[in-house]
Amino acid sequence: MATLDIHAHTADTHDHHDEHEHEHHEQGFIAKYIFSEDHKTIAKQFLISGLFWALIGGSFSAIFRLQLGFPDANLEWLKPLLGEWIQNGKLDPEFYLALVTMHGTIMVFFVLTAGLSGTFSNFLIPLQVGARDMASGFLNMLSYWFFFISSVLMFISLFIETGPASGGWVIYPPLSALPQAMSGSGLGMTLWLSSMAIFIVSSLLGSINYITTIINLRTVGMTFTRLPLTIWAFFLTAIIGVLSFPVLFSAALLLIFDRSFGTSFYLSEIYIGGQALHNMGGSPILFQHLFWFLGHPEVYIVLLPALGITSEIISTNSRKPIFGYKAMIGSMMGITFLSFIVWAHHMFVTGMNPFLGSVFMLLTLIIAVPSAVKAFNYITTLWRGNIVFTPAMLFSIGLVSFFISGGVTGIILGNAALDIQLHDTYYVVAHFHLVMGSASFFGFLAGVYHWFPKMFGRMLDEKLGYIHFWLSFIGIYLVFFPMHYIGIAGFPRRYYSFTSYEAFSTFGDLNMFISIAAITTLSAQLIFGFNFFYSIFKGRKSTQNPWSSNTLEWTAPIIPGHGNWEGDIPHVYRWPYDYSKPGAKEDFIMQNVPLSQTPESNLPFEKDLALEEK
Amino acid sequence: MSAVHAEVDSKTLWGGGVEPLKAGYGKLMMWFFLVSDTFSFSALLITYGFIRFSSHDAWPIPEHVFTHIPFWHINAPLVFVGFMTFVLIASSVTMVLAVEAGQRMDKKAVEKWMLWTILGGIIFVGSQAWEWSIFIAGIDGHTASLISNPYGPPAFADLFFFITGFHGTHVTSGIILNILIFFNTVFGVYEKRGSYEMVEKVGLYWHFVDLVWVFVFTFFYLV
Repeated sequence: MATLDIHAHTADTHDHHDEHEHEHHEQGFIAKYIFSEDHKTIAKQFLISGLFWALIGGSFSAIFRLQLGFPDANLEWLKPLLGEWIQNGKLDPEFYLALVTMHGTIMVFFVLTAGLSGTFSNFLIPLQVGARDMASGFLNMLSYWFFFISSVLMFISLFIETGPASGGWVIYPPLSALPQAMSGSGLGMTLWLSSMAIFIVSSLLGSINYITTIINLRTVGMTFTRLPLTIWAFFLTAIIGVLSFPVLFSAALLLIFDRSFGTSFYLSEIYIGGQALHNMGGSPILFQHLFWFLGHPEVYIVLLPALGITSEIISTNSRKPIFGYKAMIGSMMGITFLSFIVWAHHMFVTGMNPFLGSVFMLLTLIIAVPSAVKAFNYITTLWRGNIVFTPAMLFSIGLVSFFISGGVTGIILGNAALDIQLHDTYYVVAHFHLVMGSASFFGFLAGVYHWFPKMFGRMLDEKLGYIHFWLSFIGIYLVFFPMHYIGIAGFPRRYYSFTSYEAFSTFGDLNMFISIAAITTLSAQLIFGFNFFYSIFKGRKSTQNPWSSNTLEWTAPIIPGHGNWEGDIPHVYRWPYDYSKPGAKEDFIMQNVPLSQTPESNLPFEKDLALEEK
Repeated sequence: MSAVHAEVDSKTLWGGGVEPLKAGYGKLMMWFFLVSDTFSFSALLITYGFIRFSSHDAWPIPEHVFTHIPFWHINAPLVFVGFMTFVLIASSVTMVLAVEAGQRMDKKAVEKWMLWTILGGIIFVGSQAWEWSIFIAGIDGHTASLISNPYGPPAFADLFFFITGFHGTHVTSGIILNILIFFNTVFGVYEKRGSYEMVEKVGLYWHFVDLVWVFVFTFFYLV
């Protein structure tokens, strides 16, 4: 792999590359498409797997929304699909909990972590920093296949008799630790924990590869302050992953021991059916601390890549430099740092010391500052831009909208005093589905629409893209906006049914409305699914640089081969946001165009740099 | 390959096209893995502190728990674990010597020092097993396990087995890696490659495992 290095400008290493290309001409099907070490193929593997999981995770929410919106409906027609989980035409309550749990797990980890970072970090890092591949293609391949094994385990858990894990995606003990507590805490939970432990290995292998590639394999001239914001976002995401996932790993191992080997790390003084368990001395709160030390940074693992993708797409399609490039980097660094010291805001009602709560509250509210910087920078980039409304652009603008409307409620929830009222209600559900779920998913979709031509050499259909966008954008607001009211009214999340109490009957029709909106919105995603697979084979052929973008991936061939560039790797002479530069011939100047070739548009400090190029 | 860029000054160090930290990708990855692993161990040691300080029962005093040495039936508190710790730290020293020999491209010396390091590791893990067996044997017929603990609260035994076990697993994988590297050295793989960087990489891991032991040792035996 050493020859995949970046020193293409010396004649000596040149020969190596040719040798390397030659080697790979004889790749068989398996080496090329299955156990591939090529970052582009691995990215597509993550993408397809992520879409598969999104389909499952989305369908789960449709099923439990049926229960919530239509508690009296006869669901016998789902019996062919769900079998024994439908009892007398009703959804089994335990299965409802399993659905909620698996929806969360799948969406957070398998779709928005592996699907989003796995796809775009893999695809874009080498192409945008100017490298022939990841630092270690082998570890990169392992990263995907560990994810695959983890996926298989999680998938199997959906089909076992006692059902998958059902203690919520946060798997708090003692509920998750004791098989007696609920049927999902039996084999389902064991599979969940095994799957997640392997998932963490996969994530770690991916992350250290991303960081190393960005540090070591940038092409000549690609300083850190010339990196596209996508790369900055992936870089910081990977750092968060390297530092937070191992803590979940430890937490999960301890839980495995509590479940299977009789230890008492999280358990103490528990009676089940009048019988005292032997466990003494543990603390379930300890698990929450360990879990949220990952769990909160995880929010940014999910969100930062989407924000990076958005920065790139909004700047390109506004035909303007991104507003506040360094402020964007600074705020992402700020978010990265703060993400590690706010975890206990998930625990305001655990009985922790109120003084500690106010410290975490303060730190949490500080996150609003870098977040607002980002939001304003997106808006000011759009301001008086020459906006091109591609589907990717619409999804990016949609992300900014969700980021703001979901972020504002974060300020409310971050207040310990308000959180006591709103904790574990639908208000929280509405908040994080907007700011983290929908925003990140829109970032993911924006990325697919934008880089599809680079991945498959063809374009996604724009008309279907517009329909997909408007149905999703309006649909998501119709789902989550009313949900805030239900939350303020005190509806707790994760409840199977609200029909037992008269007080909760007021919002029955609003719940029905949300369910209809949710199922419609989810169905709209099938339009995307069709567009995606149809366009891979039948889409309009792409040109080399369909969006007139500046970054290096658009200098590579339309369908890059192994090694990405046919000749030398391009050198970089400028930052990636020279859009609509005064005096320039065109409204974009690619990163590999030397300053000495653009004397008409060079800024004063660039004139000196242009001389140095000689 | 770094030779081409030997003349690079600090201004262009981060300018792309070079390895700014003057380390190949493998060594960087090892560093990032170790940073990550630091967080795994930190989580476990924080768990130790959390449970210990919330314990209602008196925590065992290490000097009264770990008193045995092999062969002699005398009261020798912390002597054996001191020996184990010394061996592990000594094996770090021999690892440094192996790395240093690798930089001189001295194949024979690398072999010799790697062998000493492997031996040190094996003695450490073996001693750990003996230490565990004495701990498990307990006092007056009451054995220690993950469920019961004759020395004090069960949590002490849980944490002891889990954390020293997690560390022991790391040492064991380190020994396996060292053996692989030793054989690669013997078969001249690194001599042909012209670099003993792999020895440096496993060296980093080995020092890390040592350093972690210092903390584990402090938590379980000293405080």
